[in-house]
This record gives sequence, C-alpha cells and structure tokens, in this order.
Amino acid sequence: MMHSNLKISTILTAVLTMGAMAVFFISFLLAETEISLLITVALGIGFFIFAKNQSYFENMIIFSNQRPVFFHGLIIIIISLILSICKHEHFALFMIASVTLYATACFGLTLQLGYAGLTNFAGAAFLGIGGYTVAILANNNVPIILSVLFGGITASLIGSLLILPILRTRGHYAALVTIAFSLLFKTFLELNEFLGGPQGIKIPPMNLFGWSFSEPVLGGSFYISYVILSLIVMGVVLGITRLVEKSWLGLHFDSVRIDEVASSCFGINIAFWKITAFTIGNFFIGISGGIYANMLGHIAPTNFTFGDSLILISIVILGGIGNPIGVLPAAFLILVLPEKLQFIQEYRLLLFSILVILVLIYRPDGLLNRPLRKFYKEWGPPFIGK
Amino acid sequence: MILDFLDQYLVNGLVLGVIYAMVAVGFTLFFGVLNIIKFSHGDVLMAGGFAALLAHQTLTSLGSELTIFNLIVTIIFAVLSMGLLGALAARFLVLPLKAAPPLNTLLITLMLGLAIREAVRLFYPNGSNPKPFPRLLPDTSTTLQTFQIRTDSLIIIFGGLGAILFLHLLIKNTRLGLAIRAIAQDSETARLMGINFRKIVLGTFALGSGLAALAGVANGLYYNEVNFSMGLFLGVVGFSSAVVGGLGSILGAIIGGFLFALLQTLGAIWFTVPAYKDVFAFIIIIVIMACRPTGLLSESSSDRV
Repeated sequence: MMHSNLKISTILTAVLTMGAMAVFFISFLLAETEISLLITVALGIGFFIFAKNQSYFENMIIFSNQRPVFFHGLIIIIISLILSICKHEHFALFMIASVTLYATACFGLTLQLGYAGLTNFAGAAFLGIGGYTVAILANNNVPIILSVLFGGITASLIGSLLILPILRTRGHYAALVTIAFSLLFKTFLELNEFLGGPQGIKIPPMNLFGWSFSEPVLGGSFYISYVILSLIVMGVVLGITRLVEKSWLGLHFDSVRIDEVASSCFGINIAFWKITAFTIGNFFIGISGGIYANMLGHIAPTNFTFGDSLILISIVILGGIGNPIGVLPAAFLILVLPEKLQFIQEYRLLLFSILVILVLIYRPDGLLNRPLRKFYKEWGPPFIGK
Repeated sequence: MILDFLDQYLVNGLVLGVIYAMVAVGFTLFFGVLNIIKFSHGDVLMAGGFAALLAHQTLTSLGSELTIFNLIVTIIFAVLSMGLLGALAARFLVLPLKAAPPLNTLLITLMLGLAIREAVRLFYPNGSNPKPFPRLLPDTSTTLQTFQIRTDSLIIIFGGLGAILFLHLLIKNTRLGLAIRAIAQDSETARLMGINFRKIVLGTFALGSGLAALAGVANGLYYNEVNFSMGLFLGVVGFSSAVVGGLGSILGAIIGGFLFALLQTLGAIWFTVPAYKDVFAFIIIIVIMACRPTGLLSESSSDRV
C-alpha cells in the first residue's frame, strides 16, 4: 500500500535533485577563484528556483518518506563520493566537519527555540562548556567517547542552573537570562587560570578504540576521521530530533510554545516540558562543542563569544525555525560563504545581521519552512509552503 | 583602608546609576507602548556617543573654541540623530512585525544592534579601537570636609536626573504624554479615541532613543572614551535594571538602575578582580528575577494557571 503511488518520474527527479545538490556542494567547496564561486552560486540559485517551480523538492520528500532505506543509502553513497573527491583537501574537509558540528548544535537550538519556544542566546557558551569539558578530561586521559558524552552532560547540568530563572520568567526575560549568561561565561573563562585564561587550552588528538585521529586516513587528510565522526553524530542527533518532533514529545513542545495558558488548562506540565527541551538541546550543543574543540586542538574564550551565539541563532532562523533540515543549507551558507569570499570576511557579522533582518521581514519562515504536522498516514505527504 | 575611597565609590556609583537609569527608562517606555523589548537600545547609546564625537570633531575643525557651545551643540546633535534612528527603526523594523511572534521582534532588534555595532566598527574611521572622548566638562573638584567630588560627576548626575525628570513631566503633563499613557494602558481603545497610534509609537521611540544618546554622551564624558562594543553590555545592564524595577514603570527603571550600580560598587569593594563585580551584580539580578519575576514595582500578572 505504501509503494503504490510512487512514479518513476518522481524517483528520477528526486535522485536528480540530490545529485545536483551534491555537485553544487562540491563545486562550491572547491571553487578557487571568486568568479568561479559566483558562477557556482548563480547556477545553484537558478537550479533552486527551477526545482522549486517543478516541485522537485516535494518529490524528494515523497521519495524519502516512501523508500527510506533507498533514500538514506543514496545519501551515504553521495557523501562517500564527496569525501573521496576531496580527501586531500584539508580546508574543505575542515569546513565540512565544522558545518556538520554547527548543524548538530543548531538541532539542539531547534528543539529549544523551534519546538518548545525557549529563547537560548547562549548557544556558543554551551558549545564552550562542551569544549572545555572535553579539554580537561582529555588532558587527564579520559577516553574520548566518555569525555564527549560528559561534555554534553556538563552543558545540560550547567544549563539547569539557568532553568529556574527561565521558568519563573517569560519570553523576553528568559532571553535576558541567557544573554547575561553568555556574556558572563566569556568573562569567567578569561579570568579562570585553571582553564588557561585568555590564552585558552590545548587538547590532545583523539583516539577512538585505537583509531588515531591525528593520522592520515585512506591516504587522505586526517580531517576525514573528524568528518566521518561528526557526520555520524549529526545523523544520530538529526534522527533523534525528527523522532522527537514526530512523537508525543514534539506535540507537547509545540503546545507549550503556541499557548502556555491553554496547554496548562489541558493538564500539560509546562515547566517539565521546558526543562526537557532545554536539557536535551544543551546536551546536543555540548556534544558538538566537545567534538569541535577536539578537532580544533586548541580552544580559547574568543571561540565562544556572544557573536557566535548570534551566528547559531541566525542559522536556525535562516534555515526556518523548527525545521532541522533547513539548518543544513543555512549552516553551509553562513559558515562557508565568508571563508570563500575573503573580502566579505571582515563584513560578515554586518551582512548576517542585515540578512537575518531581511529574512525576518520578508520571509519569517526561513529558507525551508517547517512542514505542517501530519497526524495520519492517509493525509498524504506533508505540505511545503502554505 | 577601603573606607578612604568611600567618596569615590559613592560618586562613581551615583554616576553609573544615573546612566543605567537613563537606559532603563527607554526600555520601560518601549515596553509600555508596544509590549516589546528593543535589544538594540544599548547600541543606540553607543552610536549616540559616536555621533557626539563626530559633531565635536566637526565643530573643532570649523574653529569653534567655546566649550559650552560645543557641548550643547554636540548633545543636541547626538540626541536628535539617535531620536531619528529610533523612529526609523520603529517605522521599518518594529511596527511591520507587530503581528509576528514576540521572538521575531526580539531577534530583529538584536540583529539591528549587531548591525549598528558592526557598522560603527567598520565604517567609522579607525572604529575598532577605543576613541578618546573630549573633556567638555570642567575638571575642577569640590571638597566637602573629607569628601571630594569632581564637578563633572556632579553635572552628569544632576543633568541625567534632570533629563529623566523632564521626561516624567512630559509624560504626566502634556498631550503627547497623555497619548503615550493611553496607548500603554490599552492601545485599541486609545485608537478608537482618535489617537494616531503610529505617530505616538514613533514619537515614543524617538524619545527613548534620544535619552539613550544622552546616556551615551554622559558615559563618554565620564570615562573620556567611547568604544564600539560598549553598547551590548550597557544595553543588557539597562534591560536588567528595567526588568528588576518592573517593566512599564519609570520609577521602577530608576530604582533598578541605581540598584544595579549599587551592586556593582559593592562587588568592586568586595572582590579584588575588577571583572567579578559584573558577575556578582548579574548573579544577584538573576536571583532577584527568579524570586520576583515581574520586578520590584509592578502589578502582578493575572493569566497564571
């Protein structure tokens, strides 16, 4: 019954779209000159508009819903192809891993902001908590898996210090608490001698069950290890996020976000659901911060400023609040574009702020808006757009 | 002994309190008319300081030597330009999002603040470094028995309090003030009574932003320095003060501002590392907010379940 209405043309266009996206991705990453980059972007935008008009993206979603194994297998094949093409490019691989880890952190923010409606302007601070935890544990020879997990747990625990003021206060006040925390966190790091003060702290390279992360893999760059690890972590976190959204957990989050008073009238414990969303979200952010710190090899307070928190939030807004899939292209654009266009590197924060302002005014739903919730299979594929 | 510097701490605390109160009053005004928080407020303050600097440089390059004239023109330019900026921000960023979720307004003003900060850093000549602010106030000092008070501190304290008092009288006694209060109480009814909602909102934003510019000038005069990144911190402090005092109440904002300055001063006396004074003040503020979520002076909210 599930496979009944899947046409060949749907599969073909879906596969074609995915292939085109992969080609765009590779040519964007490997573009050497600014002109080739601009041509790539122009072609990419052209294809995006064409595909949107021809409803290729809808076909992709139908395809992914009806043939999940085939779809995910195809994604893994495409990723392997991309990795084998750029296996000698240190910088491209580093960017892929960074985008992946930032996206993972943004899934945490999506849980908090997009689902439960909790404003968290301390994203970079929680990344930093994960990173510093891993730094301390790794310097004391704790196995890396444990220390990354502990990075997430510490982020959740320290986040729970903020829970009480956030629960007692509403909307804007909660935003203030996290902004103040973000500013204080950097001051705290700079003053703390044990954590290396303003100079920061070094982290020994990872070693996972004898798989050393500082050595070249398969004759390529050593960053491949980090890319693979962060892709796996991102996949797991994305899976959890989507399951949470689909399940009754997500339904509770949505209800708390949309109307607190009405939800509590229906017997939903608002405080409990807010705590749950905040804790899970911070755990994800902490984990990605831990791996990110390990990949950098050296972290300092300037890696985790309020500006970085704003970049995380910008990614979530640009991608479409509450849509984890939208986070991926948004993270890619926001992180890779300034690295590629060196002349905008200096103006990057100004451009992001203007970009987010324009998105909020003209397209508040972001690049890909969140599909409507589908309660029954018979309702067909989720809607895109309104 | 620490008490030797008590007079310095006291005067410093009072000057900071006045500056914070001026910022907090702005937050309270905006919250009153539109129920929004304008997070770019601190950066408007910073831009006000830079506008004053620009005006002063232009004046001196034109050959104007009279300090008092320069001071007045500088202040007027800063207040008017930031008032205009505030009104434009309200017109093009805040009002269009009136129907959107509050989070969007918060984000858009936060991003506006970032844009102002980055614009000053990138486009003001050599804007990424701290700029010396001219000494326009007399640097003499008065001695009362053992207390030594600098004249410029006194002028800032009384000037700031005077500005807040002026705003208070404006809101209590004029037609504009009546309209602002009417919209704060019930904007729909106010509109039915023939109040031009958009005009009053723009006016309120201009007023609040002008006050922030004045605070920026006062801050520059007191520290003799303006810095592109000072706005974020001052904005957060001003917002904390307004929240602790109770959003929507001008008296609450003043109390909040002085409370924050008091906490910072106490922190400076108790801790040897200067940066801990802010940590201390913010932690106390967060604790107060956890205990009294709607602030020290405000009506209790009624939609709890």
